[in-house]
Formats: sequence, C-alpha cells, structure tokens
Amino acid sequence: MSEKRRYTNTLDLRKGKVEMVHGSGGKAMAQLIDELFLNAFSNPWLEQMNDQACFDLPAGKVVMATDSHVISPLFFPGGDIGSLSVHGTVNDVAMSGAVPKYLSAGFILEEGYPLADLARIVQSMATAAEEAGVAIVTGDTKVVERGKGDGCFITTTGVGVVPVGVSMGSAQVRAGDKILVSGSLGDHGVAIMSQRENLTFETTIESDSQSLHDLVAAMVEVVPDIHCLRDPTRGGLSATLNEIAQQAQVGMQIYETEIPVKPQVKAACEFLGLDPLFVANEGKLVAFCPPEKAEQLLAVMRAHPKGHDATIIGEVMEDELQFVQMKTAFGGSRMVDWINGEQLPRIC
Amino acid sequence: MKYVDEYRDGQLAQEIAAKICAEAQPEHEYNFMEFCGGHTHAIFRYGIPDLLPANVKMIHGPGCPVCVLPIPRLDAAIELAVTHEVILCSYGDMLRVPGSRKRSLLKAKAEGADVRMVYSCMDALRIAQENPDKEVVFFAIGFETTTPPTALVINQAKRLGLKNFSVYCNHVLTPAAISNILESPEVRELGILPLDGFIGPAHVSTVIGSQPYHYFADEYQKPVVIAGFEPLDVLQAILMLVRQINQGRAEVENEFARAVTYEGNPKAKQVVADTFELRRSFEWRGLGVVPYSALKIKQAFAEFDAEQRFTVDYLSTRENKACECGAILRGVKSPRDCSLFGDPCTPENPLGSCMVSSEGACAAYYSYGRFQERTFASDKSHPAA
Repeated sequence: MSEKRRYTNTLDLRKGKVEMVHGSGGKAMAQLIDELFLNAFSNPWLEQMNDQACFDLPAGKVVMATDSHVISPLFFPGGDIGSLSVHGTVNDVAMSGAVPKYLSAGFILEEGYPLADLARIVQSMATAAEEAGVAIVTGDTKVVERGKGDGCFITTTGVGVVPVGVSMGSAQVRAGDKILVSGSLGDHGVAIMSQRENLTFETTIESDSQSLHDLVAAMVEVVPDIHCLRDPTRGGLSATLNEIAQQAQVGMQIYETEIPVKPQVKAACEFLGLDPLFVANEGKLVAFCPPEKAEQLLAVMRAHPKGHDATIIGEVMEDELQFVQMKTAFGGSRMVDWINGEQLPRIC
Repeated sequence: MKYVDEYRDGQLAQEIAAKICAEAQPEHEYNFMEFCGGHTHAIFRYGIPDLLPANVKMIHGPGCPVCVLPIPRLDAAIELAVTHEVILCSYGDMLRVPGSRKRSLLKAKAEGADVRMVYSCMDALRIAQENPDKEVVFFAIGFETTTPPTALVINQAKRLGLKNFSVYCNHVLTPAAISNILESPEVRELGILPLDGFIGPAHVSTVIGSQPYHYFADEYQKPVVIAGFEPLDVLQAILMLVRQINQGRAEVENEFARAVTYEGNPKAKQVVADTFELRRSFEWRGLGVVPYSALKIKQAFAEFDAEQRFTVDYLSTRENKACECGAILRGVKSPRDCSLFGDPCTPENPLGSCMVSSEGACAAYYSYGRFQERTFASDKSHPAA
C-alpha cells in the first residue's frame, strides 16, 4: 500500500502535460521515470536505478553507435519517433555484423507536450526494443521551455557484439564486389513527406522503419565474409553508394532496372520532382560481397521476411574518380551523385 | 505508373535510336537546341546522349526560369525579405541561387528573414490570409507555364480583398527568347552557334499552343518539333528533326499532341491577358536586355504589384568574370568550356545560376553527365584517339 503512495500527485497520462519540473531532478521527475519509463522498459539493469548500467557482454568485438532523432511529424504512417529511435540505432550497430544488445535513451521534451503522446512514444520504443532483442538499460530526461523544442527529441546509443570471425566495413569493399539491396527504396521518405505541412497527400505508403538485426544475423551466418553493410537512411541509396565509393576509393556501376521502388513511391516522387534514389529509408540495407557469394547471399536475404524483395543492383569497379554510374532503364548512362542540400521540387 | 512508364520504355528507345542512327547522314552534323530546362534535365537523367550518333548534338537552351533571372532582381527579392521584412514566398529552386555579395534567399532566411518555400502560389495566398498583420510577397518567376497560376492568384486576392498580399512579377516569354537567340550575332553572322532546329517547349506549349512557333519555322527556316518532357518524347522529336533536315523542310511539328493544340489553352491565355501586360524590356541573365520579353502586372491590379507597393532598387551587379553562364544559356558554350565548372562551381557551391536549378545545363551535366569526363580526359591524353 505504502509503495503505491510514493508520490502525492498522480501522473495524469491521459490529459497531463510535460512540465518543467519533469526535468528538474525532483520528485516529479522521479515519478515520470518510475511510472512511465521504468514501467515500459522494465529490465534488471534499469531497475537498479543507478546513473549508469553495468552489464556483461559475450566474447567478440564491441560495437557502439549513436543516433539523434528529431523527426517531424512525431507520428507517421508506419511508425513514430519512439520506434524509429530504436530501429535507427539498432540498425547502425547491426551494420557492422554485430548482434545489438543494449541501448541508452536520452529524451529532450518540450514543456507542454502531452503526456499521453509521450506515453505512446515510450510504449512504442519498448515494443521496438523487445522485437529487436535489446534492453534499454540507461537513460536521461531533460525538459526545455515551450517553444524551444519540437515536442520530443530522442537520442539513443546502442552497444552490440560482433561474432568472432566477422569483420566488415567500407575498407573491405573492392572492385568486383556485387552490390545488393534488401528491398524497395524510398518508402520512409515518401511516407514522411506525405504528412508534411503544405504537402499533405494521400498515399498508402508506410515507412519501412524496422530493425534489421535478424536479417543481418541470417546473412552473416551464411556468408560471414560480407565485405560491408550500410543502411541507406538520409540521402538515400545515392548517398550511401557515394560514401562507400569514396571511403573504399572505388567506382560503382548500378542498373536502374534492378533497383526495387514501389509504384506508389515512384508516383509520389514523380509529382514532387524527387529522385527515389535520394529518398530516405529506415528499414533497408545495402550489402557488398564477393561476386561468387552474391547469389547465395541473395537467396538468404529473399528467404527472410525483411529481405523478401532483395536484388543485386550492380557491382563495384576500379575508378580513381570514384563515380557511381547507372545504366538507366531507358538505355543510357548517367551518374548517381550525392544529393545537394534538401531535395527541392522542380517548378515547371 | 500508367501514362508515364510507357514514355520511358527502353525497348522502344532502342528502336527510335536505331532509326536516328540509320537516318542521320554521316556527312552531316545535326545541331539541335532543346529550349527548355525540362528537356535538358530529361536528356541527362535518362542518358539520351548515349543513344545518339556522334553527329547529332544537343545544344542546351535558356529555358530554365531560375537560370535566366538576372541577379539584381534576385537581390531585390532578398531586399524585400530583409529590409521590408515581408514574408517572402518562393518556389524552392530559387532559394539557393547566389545573388550579389554571396547572398541568397536561404542565407537571408538563416539570418532571420521570413522566407518560405511554397509548392504553389496558392500557398502564398493562404499564408497572407493567415498572417493579416504581415506583408506577404510571392516571388513569381517562370515562363508561360507558371504565369496563369500567378494570374489566378492575383485575381483571387482581389476577390478576397486582401490588403497584405502582392506579387513580385518576373514572368518571361518563350518566343521572345527564341527570337533573341536566332537574332544573335553568334547564330546569324559569326556561325559560332550552328543551329539546325529546335525541340520546342512541352508545358509552355500546352498554354501558348504550337501557333507562335510558326514564325520561327517560316522566318528563320528552322524546324521546330514540340516535344513532351519524357525521354521517348525527346528521342522521337530528335528523329522528327533529323527527318525534316534530310527532307529540306522547316516546319512546326507537334510530337506532344497528347497535350498541346494549335491554339493552346484559351482560358489560361485569357486570364494572363487580363492580368498582365508586356514590359517594354526586361533583362535576362545570359541574353541581356530583351525587348518585350516579360510581363508586368496591369494597373488595374496595381495594389497587388510588389514593385509598386515597395521601393525596390534595381542595382546592376557584375557577375563573376570567369562564369560562362551567359554563353551557356545562349548555347554558345557547353558547361565543360567553363573554367569554374566542377571546381569551384558545383551544385553545393554554385557560382552561376546554371549550376543551381536541376534544369540548369551545368547542374544537369554535373549531376548526371560528368562521368563522360573520363572519356573526355582519355581523349585529351591520347590525341590520336
């Protein structure tokens, strides 16, 4: 009984708002952590309520990645900032071939933000973490004055362990490697754009936001010598390919006909004047592997629900200029360059 | 995508390309100008030059609205936002264009000016309704395609009795620019710019129709083929131009018959005629001052004319001396001829307007066609090649 009366005020998760006191270190903050975060993320490390989490890791190289999430709108078709903040970091960790294990979560909340929405976000994080097999073991909450934030920003940091014998990165990419993508491109970006102010349009497209740890595990198990994995988030496929071309000092040749893009995404890009290759993804990966392993890797990916639409989109070649070139479906050739600034609509 | 994919069919492209190769006479050079930036973009994006024989060459014209806007008028728009503290609404392409003293609308925004990107001029009108205590100016640019919407929005503002909305009008006219190119010394006398025919505008022609181009075909004996913006449209138009040249014809043909008629869109033309009148002259970047080549807002709508509502200076500025945008816009030079191309002028750091808009020849060439430099470089290093 006395346990339940630890706080004199009740945290109104239905109609309440985030207040400055929720970040001030006092009882209100303790109550928010207790009744919202601890409740949702419940795990032995977090429940110790220390300022840090102390955990064991299996043998292998430890991987760490961090990602801040400031998406607008906070809720979008196919996800929300909560699930996204888990998927984003889990995927960054997984792209090293690692098994993601633990996450930290830092929240910056804006005064006046509805607690009901925050509760939805936190619940969504908890579900995403459980699905990804990671525990959210430590965290932080700050509140900024009204007008100084955009509702809710979340930074997550992830830790994982690379299985012994696995070593991948852009430095391993070499001429001759095949380039694979795990599925359709541009879904996330188009889903977000469809919700943006001034631009609302109806689409059935949902964000592809998802954790790829299990797809990666399946791939690594069968082809442990994958040279490199990357998730093509901001800047889309073109940014990822150009980044790796530069880091590995190689060129690439890709084939437009092999790149999976959903018809609805194509259509939205068409009327917005965007290129699907520049549009963000949150649940897809690009893989580079030795050519003799490509078909085997493709088969593993296609057998996995998150890689069902995987294709081989091209190959790495020697090129001191480090150009990414594409054979167009039309029959010509062109470069696939970095995105310049924000993608802007064409005017006529 | 129905009605889009059909116009991007790779198999059909090969068939048309084969016809062009078969029919283009090897002893002839065929130099065609695509007027519109939309065509330039399509040519590079789909890799059309790869499908053409070496003696069929495309010259990129001035039909990129962002590219031809002279710097002083951009400076004036920045001034409206900064000094007059209006909410300045602009199409996205315009925001990054460098004005004088390395300023741009985007930089003005970062420094606190209220600059907003809109997808439609109706958005600007809405912003005016939502901000009755602020002046809202729509920065109107573009050829005949974007002019009717601007006319409609001015009429709508009048009907609504809006007191805080005006338009900074920079609409320009396609036929005047084509005349200017055909009259230029490079084409008429010096022979620097061999020009055998035009690919006529797509969207512009849906408004003005095919009728205005007959003058160019008759008077200058240059064939014109109006074409859509899809890559098969462009390829088919090139084939039609090759055939006209081979047969000694100089006619206006309409490849884009699915959208363009002889008269164009009478309603759109009417609302433009009701709202705008010809300017005696207008400065174009690249082409210089071209008589009767742009529109201004009629006196009946003076209250919605930002140039009458605010004092906006028109201060001539000097462009970067090495920048070849002018010659590139006239088709006299290609992006590769510019010493600034690629270093330091890139789409991230554009020095000239042709590098800003995706419809600009330099940006299209940089983003899509630059890999051809490899062949170019090897040509250079092996003179015998």
